[in-house]
Amino acid sequence: MNGNHLFELAQDIVRRAQAAGASDAECTIAEGDEFSANVRMREVENLKEAGSRGAGLRILKGHKTGASYTSDLSSEGIEHLLKSAIELAEITTEDPHADLPDAAELGSVEGDLQLYSPDVEQLDTALKIDTAKRAEEAALSADPRISNSEGASFDTLTGRHIFANSRGFAGEYRTSYCGFSCVPVAREGESMERDYWESSARRFDRLEAPEAVGQKAAQRALRRLNAVKVDTQKVPVVFEPRTARSLLDNLFEAVHGMMIYRHESFLAGKLGEKVASGRVTIVDDATLPGLFGTSPFDDEGVPSRRTVVMERGVLKSYLLNTYAARKLEMKTTGNASRGLTGNAGIGHGNFFLEPGVQTPEQIIASIPNGFYVTELIGMGVNIVTGDYSRGAAGLWIRDGELAFAVSEVTIAANLKDMLMGIEAVGSDLEFRGSVSAPTLMIGEMTVGGK
Amino acid sequence: MQFSDSIFAARFQITKRDLEAYLAEALSQGGDYADLYFEYLATSSISIDEGIVKSAAQGVSMGVGVRVIAGERTGYAYSDDLAPEKVRKAANVAAHIASGPSKVDKFDLNEGRRHNLYPVLTAPTETAFSERVELVKRADRAARAFDPRVFQVQAVYADNLRQVLVATSEGVLTIDRQPLARMSVAALARENGGVPQRGHAGGGGRVDLDFFLLEKTPEHFARESAREAIAMLEAVEAPAGEMTVVLGPGWPGILLHEAVGHGLEADFNRKGVSAFSGRIGQKVASELCTVIDDGTIGHRRGSLNVDDEGQPTQRNVLIENGVLRGYLQDKLSSTLLGSPSTGSGRRESYAHIPMPRMTNTFMLSGQSAPEDIIRSVPKGLYCVSFGGGQVDITSGNFVFSASESYLIEDGKLTRPVRNATLIGNGPEALKYVSMVGNDLRLDEGVGVCGKEGQSVPVGVGIPTIKIDRMTVGGTA
Repeated sequence: MNGNHLFELAQDIVRRAQAAGASDAECTIAEGDEFSANVRMREVENLKEAGSRGAGLRILKGHKTGASYTSDLSSEGIEHLLKSAIELAEITTEDPHADLPDAAELGSVEGDLQLYSPDVEQLDTALKIDTAKRAEEAALSADPRISNSEGASFDTLTGRHIFANSRGFAGEYRTSYCGFSCVPVAREGESMERDYWESSARRFDRLEAPEAVGQKAAQRALRRLNAVKVDTQKVPVVFEPRTARSLLDNLFEAVHGMMIYRHESFLAGKLGEKVASGRVTIVDDATLPGLFGTSPFDDEGVPSRRTVVMERGVLKSYLLNTYAARKLEMKTTGNASRGLTGNAGIGHGNFFLEPGVQTPEQIIASIPNGFYVTELIGMGVNIVTGDYSRGAAGLWIRDGELAFAVSEVTIAANLKDMLMGIEAVGSDLEFRGSVSAPTLMIGEMTVGGK
Repeated sequence: MQFSDSIFAARFQITKRDLEAYLAEALSQGGDYADLYFEYLATSSISIDEGIVKSAAQGVSMGVGVRVIAGERTGYAYSDDLAPEKVRKAANVAAHIASGPSKVDKFDLNEGRRHNLYPVLTAPTETAFSERVELVKRADRAARAFDPRVFQVQAVYADNLRQVLVATSEGVLTIDRQPLARMSVAALARENGGVPQRGHAGGGGRVDLDFFLLEKTPEHFARESAREAIAMLEAVEAPAGEMTVVLGPGWPGILLHEAVGHGLEADFNRKGVSAFSGRIGQKVASELCTVIDDGTIGHRRGSLNVDDEGQPTQRNVLIENGVLRGYLQDKLSSTLLGSPSTGSGRRESYAHIPMPRMTNTFMLSGQSAPEDIIRSVPKGLYCVSFGGGQVDITSGNFVFSASESYLIEDGKLTRPVRNATLIGNGPEALKYVSMVGNDLRLDEGVGVCGKEGQSVPVGVGIPTIKIDRMTVGGTA
């Protein structure tokens, strides 16, 4: 089966579902190839290579839905896919809000979004292994205390995403990804710590130098050595971009349309209200060329767009798919997201916090006694109440300088207060994934330690 | 069940001779070992939200993974098409890891030993949907009926049937049929328009549908989730800092999973990157602690007749009376370390390379009555239920998040407290265990463990225990 065949197959599945009694249908077909190489202590450890594909179908029979998927694209497999979805529409309940987007809402962003680069597929295996080896070598030779490593890896992914529905939409796009990472282990006496750094892009020539990534990973592991547990206290907390990003993950959940209509978010019902410090502007933009959160259309066939979620602290918009929009009597924001099948969920494009003017150094310099957080672990965030309590590690700030390593502590507060308490926003925004944030400083949180 | 009765022989007409030929292809460039993992997975799920059965989905995925090991190197390729030319192509790609003459020259496949831990004649996935949709409807009704303050209920029922075949160049051929079902209920409660609170409960295992009709009913999970949400309406701020923590029995066993389990997986120890590396025979817990990982408990979510490398699972002692006894091994680590297999090689699917993983991890009962344990604490925290946990293998620091806990004041449970994360250090935390209850309980069957991007079902268990010192991450 060649590529074009799959584009036609998706439309054919939609037509056949309608012929079998569906009043509406949506079909997704995804195809992908993956490669990964792992090296450890200068030797190749794993090589993995494969391709896969699958099809998913969701149908409506009036206001009842059924869904199915298969990795078997033979005619027998497709027959089964159709039968499965139709059968399930018999057991679900009439849901007045279940529907597809209106035909007028469907479409795709014009122009080249730079999501795919053929060079990723053409990379030589030896070059990929060598890139990982160079990153690990740079980490291992950075300092005598780096004597071990969890390894370095190089991965590529290329994919093709096809979507068709019974309201006349049929679209597809290709994506590519390549990236490498390095995980050195630092040791001094009884203290052992690891950290990582990575670089990824949609094309090979956008990757950072392997030596720079290896050295950065080594520096990050080294600065964690000989960490202590501090006393329990309330202090200003600075999130470096990597940990600030996880706060944005929490905020995405809090503006997620489903969490809103279910009253499951502390931001439900707060549209138009000031919910954060005036320094906070948060945007979701799935149209920025070449980034990982970019796509021409969402998983319901609605064009991607830029949505301002928070503007100078005021909550401006939730992120919605068609279903959540109808529940809330609003319009979809083009944020539908799903795997191969099922009712669409909600995802983000490039979800980021706009940078401020202070450098991270200036922010740190302003703090006499505080905590600079470089790692967060655990899932202690309750979006219903906003209660936030996570395990943390990082560096203690004393008299405006990073003084010593800290670990085995918690940081806690309520997200409502944390948002209002953002006292500084760094100038260091970088798009390293689909969620990005600059350095952030929160006026006061509880550090739980001794 | 014999190989000839398996779906792979019966429906896909795969013969032993085919398997031998694929293994020969995999080792055509050299290498020490090769294996094939065929998988046919059927899944279904039904969910109810706002009293409406909003979604029902079912699907099938299948494929084969081919692995070649040469020294410390692993080559891996997979195909989601079981046609002979596609399997041979995958074998050929995986073979490239090796170079040199093969050390393996014949592959007489013989059916290997396996347990029969979940003799489920009809897997839930194979039953009529009409019966399963009733489960979520019943859960919805029961949670709402529990208390008028419950205003949102979401219930999900999901099951799958995984059929697997493992063939290795050491001549072992094993097949297994692995049913799995789970139900979960989340309830939101609110009082007079105040801040809502969430409660959650769920369970299941490698069971037939009768489990949900006769043993753990939808009403059981619904009432439990509603009860937790209502209890949390009264919650006060959690304390911050070091204090005495008492863990209730069952799901709080996630402590063991995070604090010691991951750190004892042999891959981390072979590489010397775990906080437990090189500590076998050392004291890593109080002598009251004996920790087991057992993949052979009937019908449990974490149990398997054979692991995903075709080895029968077993009961492994990790910590005995406080002393570290052993690691969890997969094929690669046990070969490189020269240790016997522990039946712990697991993978998420045919598209994934196996790794050492836990099955059901728990602590054996001690002597104390649970009431005496609580009574012995002048001031502390009693934790009943948890969300997830996580560990940094290298430093040994781990966390787990309490979703339902109570203050202990003068030996009595007083007020519920809001969600808080607990943090500790793996090789140190269990040294502070000063009382172990006589009430070991396994969790209800909801655990999912993630490692390096692969998720597998697991179980945990623990009796009531008292930890004299642990950091609680509240705000008060």
